[in-house]
Amino acid sequence: MTAPATPAAAPLLEVKNLKVHYPLRGGFLKRVVDHVRAVDDVSFTVARGRTTGLVGESGSGKTTIGRALIKLAPISGGSIRYDGSELVGLSNRAFLPFRKRVQMIFQDPFNSLNPRMTIDGIIREPLDLHFPAMSRADKRDRVAALLKRVGLEPEHMHRYPHEFSGGQRQRIGIARALAVEPEFIICDEAVSALDVSVQAQIVNLLQDLQAELGLTYLFIAHDLAVVEHISDHVLVMHQGKLVESAPAEEIYREPKDAYTRRLLDAVPKLAV
Amino acid sequence: MKSIFREVLRRRLGQISLFTRLALYLTALFAGFLATQPVNQQNLDATFHPPTRVTWHDGGLAVRAYRLVDRSGPHYEVIPGEFHRVRLFAPGFDYKLLGLVPMKRHLLQAESPEARLYLLGSDSTGRCVFSRLVYGSRVSLTIGLIGITITLFLGLLVGGLSGYFGGRIDFFAMRGVEFLMAIPSLYLLLALRSVLAPRFSSDQMFIVIVIILSLIGWAGAARVLRGMSLSLRRRQFVLAAESMGQSPLRILRLHILPNLASYLLVAATLSIPGYILGEAALSFLGLGIAEPASSWGLMLSQAQNIKIFMLNFWWLLTPGAAIFVTVIAFNLLGDVLRDVVDPRMKTQ
Repeated sequence: MTAPATPAAAPLLEVKNLKVHYPLRGGFLKRVVDHVRAVDDVSFTVARGRTTGLVGESGSGKTTIGRALIKLAPISGGSIRYDGSELVGLSNRAFLPFRKRVQMIFQDPFNSLNPRMTIDGIIREPLDLHFPAMSRADKRDRVAALLKRVGLEPEHMHRYPHEFSGGQRQRIGIARALAVEPEFIICDEAVSALDVSVQAQIVNLLQDLQAELGLTYLFIAHDLAVVEHISDHVLVMHQGKLVESAPAEEIYREPKDAYTRRLLDAVPKLAV
Repeated sequence: MKSIFREVLRRRLGQISLFTRLALYLTALFAGFLATQPVNQQNLDATFHPPTRVTWHDGGLAVRAYRLVDRSGPHYEVIPGEFHRVRLFAPGFDYKLLGLVPMKRHLLQAESPEARLYLLGSDSTGRCVFSRLVYGSRVSLTIGLIGITITLFLGLLVGGLSGYFGGRIDFFAMRGVEFLMAIPSLYLLLALRSVLAPRFSSDQMFIVIVIILSLIGWAGAARVLRGMSLSLRRRQFVLAAESMGQSPLRILRLHILPNLASYLLVAATLSIPGYILGEAALSFLGLGIAEPASSWGLMLSQAQNIKIFMLNFWWLLTPGAAIFVTVIAFNLLGDVLRDVVDPRMKTQ
């Protein structure tokens, strides 16, 4: 991984004691009887210009963390500091500038693009929202440039998502995330739904973009092998709690937590 | 949308149903031109007249002449060798084309006033069944369109919003919908019709019936649309739009509505027959369109006389055939549309 030109000392994102609890209602009058602790007291930091991996089995709360960061999941407690400012408790209006700086790449390339919109419409949607002053021609040029950057043909902009393969759709999702020039991208299982060979292409594309644009990634995945390849720092989650946080090499060399060891054992290895 | 239209035209059933519908709507639009006699022109000397035969005679179109043989039947006989000339695009009674342009020309008119031009016979007061059928198509064909517009608009508004926002809004909207569904619509209509009858003329009654029918009918559509918007809400492209800061109303318009469009199209096509049949049933029961206006249901209700069955005046049952053809055409088109937009049959 190439280091950014000016490594900043302060982390870009600082999460402290984050809690996402969903109430369980039951009995007479639907009283709250208990909570599902999707994310329970999780603290971590994400370094600027680096890739932080977040691994865990399904239901471990890793996707919820990603969604809580951009206000898609209700936060029950804790604090999220992004570039020095507190995000928890902001109104939708006050949060809008951060929506431009933080973008998300979604898991399922067949589901994350509106089937009724052309590629042009899909990538232009965030531009319309965050760059209202941009002219139509400029937007068109920007969409074409983005498509080219992620390895697609600019002529494809008038097609619909169903005309593309899974890998190509994920590239469109990446182009959409890049459209507003974000500095932080949350990749929510961005390659999990793809074939292994396509996975490698997308991971390489993400790494090239990082080197070129100085992006910071939070890379959420259940597959340790992919996370190992792309991450500088790895966080391991289990049942809503963070069980291990260490630099990538260290986690593979000497995992401290029993759950991390189990995850590592599940990675297929070549017998030599 | 354009590709859906092309797909429908590629199928045999789609072609048949689409062209039938086109013909029906053209009939309704140009009713005045097609009608051979004014809707309410009575002729008490020619009650229950059988359909006159149009033949080729002496280098032109002509109708046979008829003679009343038995007034109690009544029974008519063709007078051999006697013909009356009829002309295409000939002038006749006054009417307004599309309700605007005053015109006199008709598709078919008899030359002499003695000639009886009853293409589908006459009814108990000697009115031309064909002309009444043509004029009546206006009621039956517009009722579905108006009804479905109101139904889908309300259903989309209530269902779409409650599915999108969920929670308390959803709860109250759905309880309201269930309340509406619990009302027995036929009895409500009976009650409303009798309460409102003195206040409205027959033409206004038609509008009132449509509005009542659709004000009750939107509940079912709202429930389906609520479910669909609820599931679309969880799709990742909606989350993506939300994560970039799109407002709920724009998400509804840009992401949810276009994905409901194919369902709306199919639902609209398949429920229009319900309105047509509803109007026919109400008019048949004497609750809908009243004399002297004309509608298919009303014409059928006048055909329920035992005399008509005993004496085999089959032409008075042609409104039934018209309803049948219309309903089948709409249902077939709905079926074809559903096949075309069914996501399992396509790669998207």
